[in-house]
Amino acid sequence: MNENDKSLHVALLGNPNTGKSSLFNALVGGQQQVGNYPGATIEKFVGRCKHEGRELAIVDLPGLYSLNPASPDEQVAVDVLLTPNAADMQGMDVVVCVLDASNLVRNLYLTTQVLELGIPAIVALNMMDVATQAETTIDVKQLSSALGVPVVVTHGSRQQGIGELRSAIASAAVVATTKVTFSESIEAAIAAATTATFDQEAACQRRCFLNELTLSTDNESLENEQAKANQTTEFSAELDLCKQQFDAAGDRISIEPIARYAWINQVVSSVVVRADTERSLVRRRWLDRVLIHPFSGSLVFLAMLTLLFQAVFSWSGPAMDLISMLFQWLGSGVESLITQGMLRSLIVDGLIAGIGGVVIFLPQILILFFFIGLMEDFGYMARAAYLMDNIMSKVGLSGKSFIPLLSSFACAIPGIMAARSIKNRNDRLATMLIAPLMSCSARLPVYILITAACIPERQILGGWVSQQALVLLSMYLLGIVVAICVAWILKKTMLKGKTPVFVMELPSFKMPSISIVSRKMFQQGMDFVKQAGTLILACTVLIWALAYFPRSEPAVEQLSATQTSGIQLRNSYLGRAGQAIEPVVRPLGWDWKIGIAVLASFPAREVVVGTMGVIYNLGDEEDEASAGLKDHLKNATWDDDPSKPVFTVPVGLSIMVFFALCAQCVSTLAVLKKETQSWRWPLFTFVYMTVLAYVAAWVTFVVASNCLSV
Amino acid sequence: MKVSPMPPLYLSDLRRRTAANVVAVHGADGVSLRLLEMGLVPGTQVTRVGSGPMGDPLEFELLGFSLSLRKTEARRVEVQVQEVREKDASQS
Repeated sequence: MNENDKSLHVALLGNPNTGKSSLFNALVGGQQQVGNYPGATIEKFVGRCKHEGRELAIVDLPGLYSLNPASPDEQVAVDVLLTPNAADMQGMDVVVCVLDASNLVRNLYLTTQVLELGIPAIVALNMMDVATQAETTIDVKQLSSALGVPVVVTHGSRQQGIGELRSAIASAAVVATTKVTFSESIEAAIAAATTATFDQEAACQRRCFLNELTLSTDNESLENEQAKANQTTEFSAELDLCKQQFDAAGDRISIEPIARYAWINQVVSSVVVRADTERSLVRRRWLDRVLIHPFSGSLVFLAMLTLLFQAVFSWSGPAMDLISMLFQWLGSGVESLITQGMLRSLIVDGLIAGIGGVVIFLPQILILFFFIGLMEDFGYMARAAYLMDNIMSKVGLSGKSFIPLLSSFACAIPGIMAARSIKNRNDRLATMLIAPLMSCSARLPVYILITAACIPERQILGGWVSQQALVLLSMYLLGIVVAICVAWILKKTMLKGKTPVFVMELPSFKMPSISIVSRKMFQQGMDFVKQAGTLILACTVLIWALAYFPRSEPAVEQLSATQTSGIQLRNSYLGRAGQAIEPVVRPLGWDWKIGIAVLASFPAREVVVGTMGVIYNLGDEEDEASAGLKDHLKNATWDDDPSKPVFTVPVGLSIMVFFALCAQCVSTLAVLKKETQSWRWPLFTFVYMTVLAYVAAWVTFVVASNCLSV
Repeated sequence: MKVSPMPPLYLSDLRRRTAANVVAVHGADGVSLRLLEMGLVPGTQVTRVGSGPMGDPLEFELLGFSLSLRKTEARRVEVQVQEVREKDASQS
């Protein structure tokens, strides 16, 4: 190994649900950095630790089942191993394969593939306690000699075996010499196709050959960069020959799995002393009988959802109030420090209001992430997907789309990012495109303000339900119903494709680790702040400037400050634009003030609350709870007919319907751009949602006006 | 293993608490490959455990883990029931 290269590059890899993340945490502790893989938005976890003066740089790769990648997540892991340069990563010095001891056979499939890559490897035998519970004894020495690499028994969450694992990594692990051999004709074809002179490259070529050979023609969207890079003329010639040969013989795809499992079964039978698989499943069966039972499972699922929403929307209250107070205090603090003028306005109305508008949602998002993390770590999320799959398949999606959509109720950004686990490109796109239709928490302030201002407080259905709550609920339902229709249409037209397949492991239940869940929560929270914050900030400043310039002279000296700000707004670029677009928003029942409030809320929906505050001749320190703004809205009248109130029930409904369906969120569009690597999809989303919102708001206004006037 | 004279049986047809051995996975796309990679290779013993809210997806156990498949995917896997295992499973 190179003396100059100070740190040893280590890849941590394994099947999903093997306790890999807890092992990673145990190995590196707090020394973690989160980045992205180049060209992909999948988080890259890199951690560092020291062993006897040697620095180990450990990458936690996404969990995968096979080196023949089936989803963008898996592709990343494969790229890191096969084409280190294309993935802009250092070549890996050591690979640590994490194995779930209680699920040895299937876990070894990936391991045998990895051991053949010519990279020094170590096997970490994790979750031994579960295997022991099931009265399974694994002969570790025997396993190590069968695999040809060191095997270390670890227990990530109990910090066991971590020192041994570190020292095994640092003391130059060995390259496995064992490999699964295929039939003579395949081995001959691989030998002929391999042109590389040194071992590691030859090993990679072997892997690429197998990938190309086994993976059928419907390569879906995964671009096989590594294959292209390695394809020489000999390679492709041999590959074609081999493909033809096996296509004639029948099952080309089963060659690799059959050979590997045959090899694995042989190893396992000599290593595992007593495998009582029946027993290992007892606990899971008991829980699953309740959790995924068609009836009780659905009940638990609904209870979980209720709890989640309760947590997101009510438990976050105090924290949100605190943040809002903090930013108000900050604003008034700055106001008292800096004299009236452009700088003060920029800092208070632009920067502080902009940052505050994003940070206020952090409590909800953290709570959501915490709950989702808990459910994921416990093993419930896979069950939720299992329960939802039937419904989702009706619109051409699968149960895997459920988690992204659930997250979108807090915020579409994490929802869109969570869609990465979906294998098929079209299904992933369809999920991402409908995610912004879920009523996110940014819509809540709008709903609350407009409901309070326009919908009369009345108890209906025998006094059980308040009319306002019903309106609020129907806005959420509207988003869901529209999303279902849009998904169905998309899957029938632009994103044609069969209903995706659903092949999912239901992992065994385990005690969630609070430290892992919290760490993930904070990291995702920071991601949100960075992603959303920077953009909203930029746009808020822009909107601020449009509302601030050109400066108009106060015509009458005695006007109050709020009245002056009203006049200023009317004459600003933003105000002029609002008046110009009035004919467009008139059919929706809106006056120009609502029009510009909506225009100004392009960067983020919740901005509309603050903007309305300014427009309706108030200060801009209004929030949805303030009685002042609510009453001002109630009293607002049309400019051309002062006897007619603006905020009638139809107008309120039309505003809410518009906000339920519109794409007024720059951050969502930016994340879509990032995830799809193209401007096409965010543009499409913006157009379809805005058109939909406009039409729906118009229909709502017309229908509601007619119904109420009768 | 003797070839049964009956029409082929698929995982999707398997009754609850019944174990069977995989005979073959049909189809030549990524889905079939993933089924094979998940351990559904010829000879593997699979037990049908339960099913989702409206009869789909189905839940199976194999090699000590739990796998859920839709009926359409389960229909790709041809199986053969083992008479002895069926008794075992019904006892537990």
